Amino acid sequence: MSVSPVSPGGRGGREARPLPDPRECQRFAEQMLSLTLRAGADGAEVLVRDGRELEVKVRLGEPELVKEAGSRGLGLRVLKDHRAAVTYTSDFSEAALDRLARETVELALLSEPEPLADLPAPAEMARELPELDLWDEAVLEMGVTEAIARARLGESAALKLDKRVTNSDGAVFGRTIGASAFASSAGFSGSYRGTNVSFAVEPICDDAGGKKRNGVYWTASRFASGLADPEAVGLEAARRTLAKLGSRKIATCEVPVVFSPEAGRGLLGQLAGVMSGGAVWRRGTYLADREGTAVASALCEIVDDPLLPRGPGSRPYDGEGLATRTNVLVAGGVLKTFLCDVFAARKLGRRSTGSAGRGVGGGPHVTTSNLIMRAGSTRAAELERLPRGLYVTDLMGFGFNAVTGDYSQGAGGFWIEGGARAFPISEITISANFDDLWKGVDAVGDDLDTRSSVQVPTFRVGRMTIAGT
Amino acid sequence: MNDMVGAITEATTPRAAGLVPASPLEQIDMVLAQRLLSAALGSGGDYADLYFEYRSGADFLMEEGRVRTVGRGVTVGLGVRVLRGDATGYAYTEELSEARMLDAARTAAQIATGGGAPGPIDVQALKLPSFYPIERSSLELAGADKIALLRRADAAARASDPRIVRVEASLAEEWREVLVVSSEGAFAHDRQPMIRFGVSVVAEEGGGQKGEGEGPGKQRQGGRSGGAGRFGLEYFLRPGQSPEEHGREAARLALGMLHAVEAPAGTMEVVLAAGESGILLHEAVGHGLEADFNRKKTSNYTDQLGQSVASPLCTVVDDGTVDHARGSINVDDEGNPGRRNVLIENGVLVGYMQDRISSRHFKIPASGNGRRQSFRHEPFPRMTNTFLTPGQDDPEDIIRSVKRGVYAKHFSGGQVNISNGDFVFSLTESYLIEDGRITAPLKGVNLIGNGPDVLRKVTMLGHDFRMSDGTWTCGKEGQSVPVGIGTPTLKISEITVGGTRAG
Repeated sequence: MSVSPVSPGGRGGREARPLPDPRECQRFAEQMLSLTLRAGADGAEVLVRDGRELEVKVRLGEPELVKEAGSRGLGLRVLKDHRAAVTYTSDFSEAALDRLARETVELALLSEPEPLADLPAPAEMARELPELDLWDEAVLEMGVTEAIARARLGESAALKLDKRVTNSDGAVFGRTIGASAFASSAGFSGSYRGTNVSFAVEPICDDAGGKKRNGVYWTASRFASGLADPEAVGLEAARRTLAKLGSRKIATCEVPVVFSPEAGRGLLGQLAGVMSGGAVWRRGTYLADREGTAVASALCEIVDDPLLPRGPGSRPYDGEGLATRTNVLVAGGVLKTFLCDVFAARKLGRRSTGSAGRGVGGGPHVTTSNLIMRAGSTRAAELERLPRGLYVTDLMGFGFNAVTGDYSQGAGGFWIEGGARAFPISEITISANFDDLWKGVDAVGDDLDTRSSVQVPTFRVGRMTIAGT
Repeated sequence: MNDMVGAITEATTPRAAGLVPASPLEQIDMVLAQRLLSAALGSGGDYADLYFEYRSGADFLMEEGRVRTVGRGVTVGLGVRVLRGDATGYAYTEELSEARMLDAARTAAQIATGGGAPGPIDVQALKLPSFYPIERSSLELAGADKIALLRRADAAARASDPRIVRVEASLAEEWREVLVVSSEGAFAHDRQPMIRFGVSVVAEEGGGQKGEGEGPGKQRQGGRSGGAGRFGLEYFLRPGQSPEEHGREAARLALGMLHAVEAPAGTMEVVLAAGESGILLHEAVGHGLEADFNRKKTSNYTDQLGQSVASPLCTVVDDGTVDHARGSINVDDEGNPGRRNVLIENGVLVGYMQDRISSRHFKIPASGNGRRQSFRHEPFPRMTNTFLTPGQDDPEDIIRSVKRGVYAKHFSGGQVNISNGDFVFSLTESYLIEDGRITAPLKGVNLIGNGPDVLRKVTMLGHDFRMSDGTWTCGKEGQSVPVGIGTPTLKISEITVGGTRAG
């Protein structure tokens, strides 16, 4: 089979549409806002997003998928007599927007009055937008040809490293270019744009008993120059896969557990979820009454930072048009604040923390931006100096009860014996109550992983239950 | 059943009725489709398909006894796929103007090089089966009727016990039309309704003042009940699926788990109750039998056709033809009719779930499993409704046969690693079994096992088959599709229970 890429990359290529333009998005948002107010809304918010995506997958040296497209959407929230409705469309014709405005105002009358859900007060709205450095012209130049070349390089580096790397689930290059605008009748109109690139390699090894072992490594950045070298990604992916050969179960026990940054990321995301103001007023979190108290060990410093330059989750304003700010969630193990959007804040009798997220298809809700557990001072490798313990690289399943904090997940990783990794393990679970887990953190590594919008260093929990044979 | 439907009033105001715009798919004729396919094959691709989709949805959320928001949305688009060998070119557009659609076709075409005009493409309308006929889409009915359903669920949950301190009820409805046109001549237009209902509650018991930290003895627990299917509002008339029943079930779960004890850790016998436990089949074997993984030899079930992969008690079926089930499809997203496919028969692996690329690779007919999340996504093999067929045992006998183990009833989800076969599923309602009797409720816990290993350890199988009414959504490579699951009661002689209580 012979397949060759033809779509030339970057600006030389045929782009079905011009690049996403934040000013044009903002023009649509403002137009929709005035149509909606004219249709009788007391207040309204409009979100407009325009994006281009490119996804290229190469497997065993040949392109398997080349996907290119553009997508645009508009989300509208209307308030009428303190009643709310949320609608969305991808049809930007004037007639369609006008109709959507009228229909949404009418739809709002189906809901029941909730004054706390009104728009933010005008004084709360963002006045100036910070420059966050989220756009890279060089990303625009990365087209299909380059994507395929990178994917081939990364995958072949993985396949060549060791003859036990027998197969591949491919190498994937992704690129998104997006613009977003938001307009609110509470007194805000703004827009911004951003680029993202990512690259991942997933090699496969054959193991005993017909089992395969897969491992993955990836790189991502808002800037082309921030991507790791494709061969380096492929080699690291292959090393991680090879290390899993011969994985086995261990006996049920209670030992210290070290979480790699990849595994720890999921735990931190779950912790932020139970610190959300929305969960608090709904009594849906075990931390509901715990503000100002210790919820983690004194080694834990956790912030949500939307203002991080070039950050994967950075945003200049939040989903309701409020200024974003760095929020300290946990300092010295003490829970400093719940994250709130305007509604959750009003429910709890306080001010929003500027933490509203907003998608085209739904209303505002609390989200994190760049959620970061600060690096500690211990060298990450030191955390594995244990007589006996578990190093976790992979977690699976949905075993977290936010209301009680009970936590249990499937895990894979390495058994630690005499201060070093002894052998790979799989098919076990780890469990603890989340309160004990976070209070039990007894070491935090110096190796913060900054690739994603949830950033965690290696950390260790003093004791957890491992269920195995 | 029909007379009750009459209680649901039709939307009467002209503007409210206007909220359901006519599907633009009606305007797509064969001549236009042929022109687009010709463009898609204009660079030498050997196959192309067009996937037109119109999706209209609404949702209602009630919190604290009040309708908080009403949502509504419509999306329309076309996805164009071109195949050259095993390679896929894909593009999509949300604008159905001919210029934009041709653009998408030409973008997807570039996976191939070579050019040359394709021969004439003859398309024919397929006559499809009808596994989910409904009287009318719930979207055409007045919003007030749906709000009344939420109110009934809310009231029932609250009335069941004063310890229920919070109730949230939601209803989501969707009308999806798909038109699949392929260069091999299929022209299939399907209309797929979906209704989804859910109630979640929080129960609270005991003291502790706000602001003073967790008071002694204070207990809080959540509970959830939900269901979904390809129905209109007649969904709620079915046994066990009224708003009141969902409300009471959510309350029962929260209350019952208030005093749950720590689950054991280690390997033991586990009895899986009929219905939701079908998640076992979805995770332990379902994904591993999707043909893309086997074509690429990345699944631990690769090259095992004809071999024994499970206990002889096990016959596993994936069936897209179950009446009104969440995972049923009259036609898959590549234009092949939905089918019932036996995957494992009496323990022997007899078939994989195929999409077009893999069925060509294995030189066997399509199985109706080529599915995709939306027009923005390329199809690949997916499950529909996956289940284990019933056996001979009495469910009571199965429980009685266990000395010390776990009885698992409700689940929040599961996950599998295709390559090594390890899977987990997460229990939200389970009990200890001691000396053949169900005793204490257990805190949320995971079961972890290895697919082929666990299926060989199915030692008893009940005669009480049930499909789950759950709102199951399956995720794979970033794409979500609705699925169904089901099973009779069964016993696994040994699986790892991931509790906190070691020893």
